[in-house]
Amino acid sequence: MTASPIVTSAAPVGGESIRLPGAIGTGLARGRLEVRAFFRERQTVVFVFALPAILLVLLGSIFGHQAALHGVTVGQLFTAGMIAGGIGATSFQNLGLTIAAERERGTLKRLRGTPMSPAAYFIGKIIQVLVCTIAEVLVLVAVGLAFYHLHLPTSAAKWWTLAWVFVLGTIACSLIGIGISSLPSSATNSFPVITLPFLVLQFISGVYVPFSNVPPWLQHVAAVFPLKWMSQGLRSVFLPAQAASLEPAGQWQHGQTALVLAGWIVAGLVLCLTTFRWRSSRDG
Amino acid sequence: MNVMSNESAITVRGLRKSYGPSVAVGGIDLDISRGEVFALLGPNGAGKTTTVEILEGYRYRDGGTVAVLGEDPASAGREWRARIGIVLQLTAEPELTVSEMVRQFAGYYPRPRDPGEVIELTGLTGLEGRRGHQLSGGQRRRLDVALGIVGRPELLFLDEPTTGFDPEARRQFWDLIRKLAAEGTTILLTTHYMAEAEALANRVAVLASGRVLALDEPAALAGRALQDARVSWETPEGRRTVQTASPTQVVTGLAAQFGGEVPGLAIMRPSLEDVYLELIGADR
Repeated sequence: MTASPIVTSAAPVGGESIRLPGAIGTGLARGRLEVRAFFRERQTVVFVFALPAILLVLLGSIFGHQAALHGVTVGQLFTAGMIAGGIGATSFQNLGLTIAAERERGTLKRLRGTPMSPAAYFIGKIIQVLVCTIAEVLVLVAVGLAFYHLHLPTSAAKWWTLAWVFVLGTIACSLIGIGISSLPSSATNSFPVITLPFLVLQFISGVYVPFSNVPPWLQHVAAVFPLKWMSQGLRSVFLPAQAASLEPAGQWQHGQTALVLAGWIVAGLVLCLTTFRWRSSRDG
Repeated sequence: MNVMSNESAITVRGLRKSYGPSVAVGGIDLDISRGEVFALLGPNGAGKTTTVEILEGYRYRDGGTVAVLGEDPASAGREWRARIGIVLQLTAEPELTVSEMVRQFAGYYPRPRDPGEVIELTGLTGLEGRRGHQLSGGQRRRLDVALGIVGRPELLFLDEPTTGFDPEARRQFWDLIRKLAAEGTTILLTTHYMAEAEALANRVAVLASGRVLALDEPAALAGRALQDARVSWETPEGRRTVQTASPTQVVTGLAAQFGGEVPGLAIMRPSLEDVYLELIGADR
């Protein structure tokens, strides 16, 4: 049997064994369309994709050239933090908002009525998040290099740290985003459920404000969530070694970072598997 | 055209579904043959949509047995979904074009129709590059239909497909349904338009309060063909109407009386709408 599904006969034949398109091929095709749709929609491009870069330029211009420590500028701290915020925006916030909207529009219900493999839907989302998040990181790194004396990692160990923080952080945030998309009863009230908590977390996790300026009790709150660990991990990549003394623990805590992110991946996966719905709550 | 046209496409026995204390479907039996066009009529809240959504596999039933193309929709898999088509009335994907949507959905099925052919069949020619948010209401409905038929379904579900159509668009839609029926597609539609049921359906069932009140060919529903006819004509004193079981005899008499042409002659049987309203009225 050949793989080509093209059949020219007009009459449907029921009993004949049919070969369904595979999840991977369909998922790749969906991913391409998802990326296109993301960059076509002005709202997501401005509020999800461009906002971190705009804020980085803004905050960096105001505070960026103050020295946080000998040889470390506030601009560098902001850049590392904002990359973590950008990853959160294109994974957590993006998936939370778009899936809530897709559920409300009935996109998911319609897909459920087709023979599309459910895995293909998630493969498409993974591709969209990966492409958009990598692009987001590149834009923010470029802003940091251009304006805030950001240094690219110089050792293989730092590149490796960048790689695993990016991968674990993106997966954790994506899964939580997919899970939380079931919470808003409609896309219009996704602000208090998705955007607001994300905004608050960015303030207390070292994205909009240097983490050492955050009061200790809020630092403890932030330490429960992935964003604080992602921004800390990225500071370890983009800042000189002495900057570790600015961290509450006085060190980069790579082991703990990996553990917290891995823990959230497990929790996020459980959340998705137990809460993901193809239909909206108002739809019965 | 269809080799199995004597087989049953849908078999329903004692179907029941309640939402809390309210009974939506209270014991329905249906037999729909392959190749048949079957219409479900009934007021809002009669249980039409619940019944159709159970047959589509979107809702689970409380009781009774259901076989759709030989399978139980509650447990049927992707192969079964490849053989049915569902036309849902939804908001289109705002940032994807008509062509991208139809092509994407074609990719979900093992033996899809040519996307270009589907676009032409549904009257979307010239709108291929139009994005979802740029489509008018009528154009969105056509896209809904295009996505429902692109998989070359053996059985097509249409829930109030022409609501909001202008008369011309409705006629074009009827032509499309007739074309699909001529190819052997079994069609189950719900509608509020009696003219639509009369124009398209081989048989209709009238539902009210979750039960089947009547089931027959549109021309014969509730003894419609056997009911008294009304013969009316113009006289110098005004219009006269007699109700009679033998209209031919009345007309022959009139013809003799007038010596040929009877002025303003009309013979009327109760319309489908008359019969429908009578059935629904008796149920209240």
